[in-house]
Amino acid sequence: MNHLADIPLWIALPVAFLVVAGSSLALLGTIGLLRLRLFYDRLHAPTLGTSWGIGAIVLGSMLLFSWLDSRPVLHEALIGIFVIVTTPATYLLLGRAALHRDRAKGSANLPNAAAEGADPPKETAEDTVPD
Amino acid sequence: MGRLVPHPLLSLALVGMWLLLTRFSPGHLLLGTAIALIAGRAMAALKPDRPRIRRWIPALRLGVVVPWDILRSNIAVARLILTNGRRGTRRSGFIRIPLELRDPTGLAILSMIITATPGTAWIEHDRKSGVLILHIFDLTDEAAQRDEILRRYATPLMEIFQ
Repeated sequence: MNHLADIPLWIALPVAFLVVAGSSLALLGTIGLLRLRLFYDRLHAPTLGTSWGIGAIVLGSMLLFSWLDSRPVLHEALIGIFVIVTTPATYLLLGRAALHRDRAKGSANLPNAAAEGADPPKETAEDTVPD
Repeated sequence: MGRLVPHPLLSLALVGMWLLLTRFSPGHLLLGTAIALIAGRAMAALKPDRPRIRRWIPALRLGVVVPWDILRSNIAVARLILTNGRRGTRRSGFIRIPLELRDPTGLAILSMIITATPGTAWIEHDRKSGVLILHIFDLTDEAAQRDEILRRYATPLMEIFQ
């Protein structure tokens, strides 16, 4: 890793800032996941890591390796893109599972806005039913 | 584009990905293009609904607005976690948003935006009524937050896809 010593300050500072900022966001996300009480609140915390947490780290990596290789190294962007594209599937699954459980139990966690369901009166309608 | 390139956007994205993952050279450009065209035709065999971008300007504007909004939400949620929810005064809750957006691609992108934004979580959407239920981490003004999502994301997505 001795070639890292040759990196000039003007590139090292932004890279360090981006990597530290990104990892701090990811860390805060996990702290939030640990400390928040309600399941629905806890859904929000890890998104810090999956949005600008990963975004800043990826930008820092792109910047550093583009300089080291003297050519644009951009393939890290794919990591960010795939994380953004794939996380909704997991969150939707988690959110709907929690909602289903709480509705079945008639949980006090659910205020009116969510207790009734998005579908109109007849409960047969589901997202999978085509128009 | 028609029969030869049934999914131009998908093929273009695949060529881009191929060139990012390999070092750029004419050979890789050729190979990547061939693979992208074959993948586009394979996709056509599955007969998905082809998304059609009708207007590009709102799409480009969203490309700037969304990362900026996500950054602001990152800072806001990080601060709430650090201050223990303004010392216990933070209130979270659900909101219902009646959506006029019906296009499946538009809805998929809306779900990505909402999921990637800390502080909003996509909970349920009903295709028939168009009602979307979100969970908001810091619910301050229900009507204002509903309008903001409609104005900033749902309306531009409708302009793009419908």
